[in-house]
Amino acid sequence: MAQDSGTRTLISQAQLRRGPGRAIYWTLLAVVIIGFTLVFLGPLYWMVTGALKSGQEIAQTPPSLFPQEPQWQNYADAWNNLALAKLLFNTFYYATGAVLFQLVFDTAAAYSLSKLRPIFGNAILGLMLATLMIPAMVLIVPQYVTVIDLPILHISLLDSPFAIWLPLVANAFNIFLLKRFFDSIPEDLMAAALMDGATPLRTLWSIILPMSRPILGVVSIFAVTAVWKDFLWPKLVMPSPETRTVSVGIYAFAGGTPMNVVIAASVIAAIPTVIIFLIFQRNIMSGLTTGGLKG
Amino acid sequence: MAITSAPGATRAAGRPAPSPPPGQRRTSLGRKLRDNLTGHAFLIGAVLCFAVFSWYPMIRGIVMSFQRTRRGETTWVGWDNYLRILDDPSFWTAWKNTFYFTLLALILGYAVPFFVAILLNEFRHAKGYLRILVYLPVMLPPASALFLFKFYAYDPSDAGLFNAILKALGLPTSQWMQSPDMTMPAMVIASTWMNMGSAVLIYLAALQNIPGELYEAAELDGAGIWRRILHVTIPQTRLILALLAMLQIVATMQLFIEPLILANGAGAEDSATSVAYLIYQHGFFQNDLNGAAALGVIMLVVLAGFSAVYLRLTAKQD
Repeated sequence: MAQDSGTRTLISQAQLRRGPGRAIYWTLLAVVIIGFTLVFLGPLYWMVTGALKSGQEIAQTPPSLFPQEPQWQNYADAWNNLALAKLLFNTFYYATGAVLFQLVFDTAAAYSLSKLRPIFGNAILGLMLATLMIPAMVLIVPQYVTVIDLPILHISLLDSPFAIWLPLVANAFNIFLLKRFFDSIPEDLMAAALMDGATPLRTLWSIILPMSRPILGVVSIFAVTAVWKDFLWPKLVMPSPETRTVSVGIYAFAGGTPMNVVIAASVIAAIPTVIIFLIFQRNIMSGLTTGGLKG
Repeated sequence: MAITSAPGATRAAGRPAPSPPPGQRRTSLGRKLRDNLTGHAFLIGAVLCFAVFSWYPMIRGIVMSFQRTRRGETTWVGWDNYLRILDDPSFWTAWKNTFYFTLLALILGYAVPFFVAILLNEFRHAKGYLRILVYLPVMLPPASALFLFKFYAYDPSDAGLFNAILKALGLPTSQWMQSPDMTMPAMVIASTWMNMGSAVLIYLAALQNIPGELYEAAELDGAGIWRRILHVTIPQTRLILALLAMLQIVATMQLFIEPLILANGAGAEDSATSVAYLIYQHGFFQNDLNGAAALGVIMLVVLAGFSAVYLRLTAKQD
């Protein structure tokens, strides 16, 4: 499109405009659009309509493309029997808190490591980055033991949202992303702010953060998806039915619930994030693709 | 979202900051101390979280693996936990399965997103639409996506989505999760479908930072598309490629929710049991937290071996 004509990629603009290049381009584009729609949207269509089929229709061969008699009852059953409203609220609550905690603590830490550079800063950064190499599964048992009896305080965080929020702050990838971005902000700006007598907090708030909106968006999205996608940790630290996340809740009910109702619940569980994604996709995409990483 | 910081910017822009009164100079030592304290004040929140939920559990995991807690009493037992874990007949199966998954996931889940990103980067039309499509599954709760695969796609009868497609194409159908041979490929397909969106977008970002002149120059030198990918695209995105390879191995070694949901844990003839699932079994079902900690340490050592090899390989390239 027009706004891209200036950037040169693997294949030159001229080549795509001329004779065979043009034909290949349009054919390939059509194939990819159809193929991707089938691969990525197809299963979702199957899911939404499958949950509307009766048990009989689901078992028929070949499977029907449209539900013959839509069973809306499946969705109603899923909503009521699994208490989905509560589960969705819990997940939103944890995700919102996770975004706030990560934005505050990880941004402050990355700012310090990038611009203030206190003594031992590099050693601390090294120790943080080292945790990238430690799989969460290795830590799951000692982390669980720590959370049920916090050192020094000797309190248990079971069923408390802090059991989800605080461990997520210890996210080296976020700090790495933020620090890289802050590193690219010219030092002159910092020096100028310092000359004007701005405190480090003031500089962060008024100069660094406004310039960093794309990367802050990326970190927020990562925080939300981390909470949404995590399964084992919330399953362990949120044991009671009132505090469960939506994934854990559906899993807990899957055993004794008809297949189509489980799928209907899965569809409902996916709707909020899909809507959020479609609303914010411009921000998410531009954040992920232009703001973040430089090869 | 990101917008939260915007108002601060506009408010602060026009207002001149007060300049420091003259004659209030500190000694350079005092100033240094103060600057360091400020720096650490900004760090403290994250550092505390790392300390309590990451660094300390790491040490505690190693300590726990040499202890045994019974009826509230903790004693040192040396290598007993490790010996017990090695004795578990599922131990070797779990490792075999996990390595197999990691390998398949590297082939499918690592190469595919990179080439998808290269392809998407070339299109001048429908860019937004294609990106939304690829990223959409990432936004689904993994349990939702896996139930979809379990009940609809991997239905072993001819009513299942995949079998219906195979049949329509005249290909032999599969038992999917009920066939020990297909368990792992089926889990990799589901896992890649769910997760590849983020990798694609991260690669796209890296691709957009490649200066166009490099392609221009390569083309003038007569380099075709493949040579341009090999000599421009890959070297220019080397750092991101290396980083994501590392993260991918760390992620696939933790294979857990796929066997739990798709295969109800162990799967047909133990074909789905993963090391992570075994940790979960020992820690939270067999009341053997110490054994689970030992298994975690073994996983860590294996991974350290991996990264040592990996570092050597990447160092050679440079």
